[in-house]
Amino acid sequence: MQQFLNVTLTGLGQGAIYAAFALALVLIWRSTRIVNFAQGAMAMFTTYLALTVIEAGQSYWVGLIVALAGGLLMGAVVERLVIRPVEGGPELNAVIVTLGLFVAIQALAAILFGSTFKSFPAPFDLRGFTVGEVNIAFTPNSIYVILAVVVVMVALVALFRFTDLGLKMRAAAFSQEVSRLLGVRVGRMLTLGWALAAVVGSLAGLLIAGGSLVYPAYMDGVVVFGFVAATLGGLDSPGGAVVGGLSIGLLLSYVSGYLGSELVALAALAILVAVLLVRPQGIFAKAAARRV
Amino acid sequence: MSTLQISGLTAAYGPVTALDGVDVTAAKGQITAVLGANGAGKTTLLRTISGLVRPTSGTVSLDGNDLTAAPAETIALAGIAHVPEGRGVITELTVEENLRLGALLGSARKRTDGSLDMVYDLFPPLAERRKRDAHTLSGGERQMLVIGRALLSGPEVLLLDEPSLGLAPRIVAQIFGLLRDLVDRDGVTVLLVEQNARSALSIADIGIVLNLGKVVARDDAAVLAADDGLRHAYLGF
Amino acid sequence: MAAPTKDTEVGVPPAAAGRFAAFTRRMPSSTLGKHALTLLVAFVVVVLVLELTGPFRNSQFATMAYYGIAAAGLTVLTGVNGQISLGHGALMAVGAYTTGLMLAAEIPLLVTMLGAMAVTAAVGAVVGVAAARLHGPYLAGATLALAVGLPGLAIYFDHWLGGEQGMRIPSPQMPAWFSDAIYFLSATEASSAKYLAYIGWVTLLVVLFLLANLMAGRTGRVWRAVRDDEVAAELAGIPLGKVRVLAFVVSAACAGIAGAVLGIVVRLAAPSGFTIVLSLGLLTAVVVGGLGSLVGALLGSALLVFLPPFVTNVGTDIGLDNTQAAQLAPFVYGAVLVLVMLLAPSGAVGVLKKLLKKLWIGRSTRRTG
Repeated sequence: MQQFLNVTLTGLGQGAIYAAFALALVLIWRSTRIVNFAQGAMAMFTTYLALTVIEAGQSYWVGLIVALAGGLLMGAVVERLVIRPVEGGPELNAVIVTLGLFVAIQALAAILFGSTFKSFPAPFDLRGFTVGEVNIAFTPNSIYVILAVVVVMVALVALFRFTDLGLKMRAAAFSQEVSRLLGVRVGRMLTLGWALAAVVGSLAGLLIAGGSLVYPAYMDGVVVFGFVAATLGGLDSPGGAVVGGLSIGLLLSYVSGYLGSELVALAALAILVAVLLVRPQGIFAKAAARRV
Repeated sequence: MSTLQISGLTAAYGPVTALDGVDVTAAKGQITAVLGANGAGKTTLLRTISGLVRPTSGTVSLDGNDLTAAPAETIALAGIAHVPEGRGVITELTVEENLRLGALLGSARKRTDGSLDMVYDLFPPLAERRKRDAHTLSGGERQMLVIGRALLSGPEVLLLDEPSLGLAPRIVAQIFGLLRDLVDRDGVTVLLVEQNARSALSIADIGIVLNLGKVVARDDAAVLAADDGLRHAYLGF
Repeated sequence: MAAPTKDTEVGVPPAAAGRFAAFTRRMPSSTLGKHALTLLVAFVVVVLVLELTGPFRNSQFATMAYYGIAAAGLTVLTGVNGQISLGHGALMAVGAYTTGLMLAAEIPLLVTMLGAMAVTAAVGAVVGVAAARLHGPYLAGATLALAVGLPGLAIYFDHWLGGEQGMRIPSPQMPAWFSDAIYFLSATEASSAKYLAYIGWVTLLVVLFLLANLMAGRTGRVWRAVRDDEVAAELAGIPLGKVRVLAFVVSAACAGIAGAVLGIVVRLAAPSGFTIVLSLGLLTAVVVGGLGSLVGALLGSALLVFLPPFVTNVGTDIGLDNTQAAQLAPFVYGAVLVLVMLLAPSGAVGVLKKLLKKLWIGRSTRRTG
């Protein structure tokens, strides 16, 4: 029973992070119909930036700001330089470009920051709370992780629902031509969308790293889990991405806790294939059929 | 004042020439109807004016300002509002959000105060459905939505592509009546593309007939409507 | 983007490829005969090259052979049938582990290689059934999950598959007739590197020969039809699902054989050898060479073998330490993938064809298989 509780709590914490990462993928998918497979590598890179700042004696929070600002810049630059030319082209080309970025950024990180495992600090205590006599796998840092993700989600909802900028970004994502006729600078909106997504991705990378080890490939699994979560939610739906992220976090935590951590990625594959074959439009999508 | 001047406009889709040296002048406070059969180049004319299609030669200017090479966004900001045929509604957004986009352009152009009430007064059905997703609207309501959205941008020039397509005659009459009022009251310049030549000529001041990308006739609307030979050859009524 | 391949200092693989292309153009007779003749000439070239180079180059050629086999299989899938796979590194792992298990049970080499092929093809069939219903980014994501997930099995079944450390693979004995033949040819003792290189290249040539015939025939036409316009293909009565699964099975079989050759050349199958970087390296090879072209796959696999040492040298020359310099190669892969897609999506073969077309205007240029 205690193990079940701990596995569930761990799963929720992980799930919150996968939800954030899935949300980043959804933001980009909605505006450009591209799955950014380089999202994890970009987040890894900005986490290393944060680590460099922290190792130079700055606080975790300065590192956080550096990582998020780095993500913003990186997302914008990537969209402008390498994504813009393949937008609207054959979908295989865009997939291959993001995969190329994935490999290149990962290798670049290994060259700049080294390939060894480095420990990344957590801003809050990593010892679990005690409930009665029992120590549970829920820590002050878990609260921080979940809160951080919630804050980002609320901020995004507010941006898209209530601001003019958010409305323009959504319009540009749904219909480029009509948006241009209404004076919306579609190119800028797409760049901004990639930049925002990269910020959210960077946050996810940083939260995963907190109190754990970073190395150039540490986000590889998260890319897969985030993609599965986003697909589960329908790839088009931010709300679906959040629910998908939490579900994947829980499911994978059970797999890891009861079967073995080596099987987590395979379990994610099984979930993905099952979802795509049984309910291709995603479990939470309101839109009708989607071609997968 | 706000005169839309098009001269020698030529545009092509690959090897197919869609517009061939078209000259059109749409004067302020007038409705200029562009008529012609399917494939005559009417829609391409509007898309080239609004910057969605790049012309191979010729110029588009508004009050003497050359807009030929400008991107669609800039042309919209200059005050040319293009109401595309059928697909102009962003169906994933609500009615109100669609209208807000037009109002945003209006306030960016310092022409309107961003209030949507004018459109809701004009088209009561939109007011009832303001919180609904636009994909729930009927064809007529969609047409009201795109026209209302264009009006909110406070346009100098209104480019309308087949506003009567698929609508009941009563609604067509309502929309055309509204257009006439707008032109007479606010001095908006209207370039109206229509296959429905009879009703278009009934409200237009000037008529232009396109055939295979070339202007084949240009005259007062009343004169064109009375020209039997032309009507039979190009307008089919 | 032909520049990187030109930089590889050994001129032989491009030359062999050039001859391959030249012959496929000049032979007017039956496709099968044309391919058979090309095969024969290519074999002579391979023997010459392997005899004229030392053990170090021999082992590089052996490496190129298994990359070439896997890349050829991938180009059939991605280039000809339009399905992307980021899981071919994992499928190679299936081939390599099967080879290790079978050779440890003292099963003869040829049977082992066929076994590895069959097992991987079976896995490919399972993946292919799921993949047949997916496209573009969804397929990429699913096969990415395969690449990340499958090596986990080797760790899960560590008592059987060797866990993180990997599984040692016994090296096949060089038969007496082989060393006799080599002695007869070049009056030198055959090294084991040379034996492995021969195994690799003979296998590669056989695979290329079979694939070229498959692609030139009805199967290839159907694959291309499905890639180019699936609606039209379906209306023409082509069963999309079956066709896609078949492409995946053929492609996976190639990856299995490639894994088998890798196993006996490297003598080890370990999870760290089959990371996502391997899968993406293969994708780089087929994209750089030119999607859908076997010659392109061969060029691309040459790039995978001969580029890293070159780039690593450049890296140490500009003052990087060894581990940093080793990462320059994947960096270049990634950058090249992006650049090829932005600048020359048809790859090296596409660029060459364009140049040839410009040189010989009016002369009909055929698609080389």
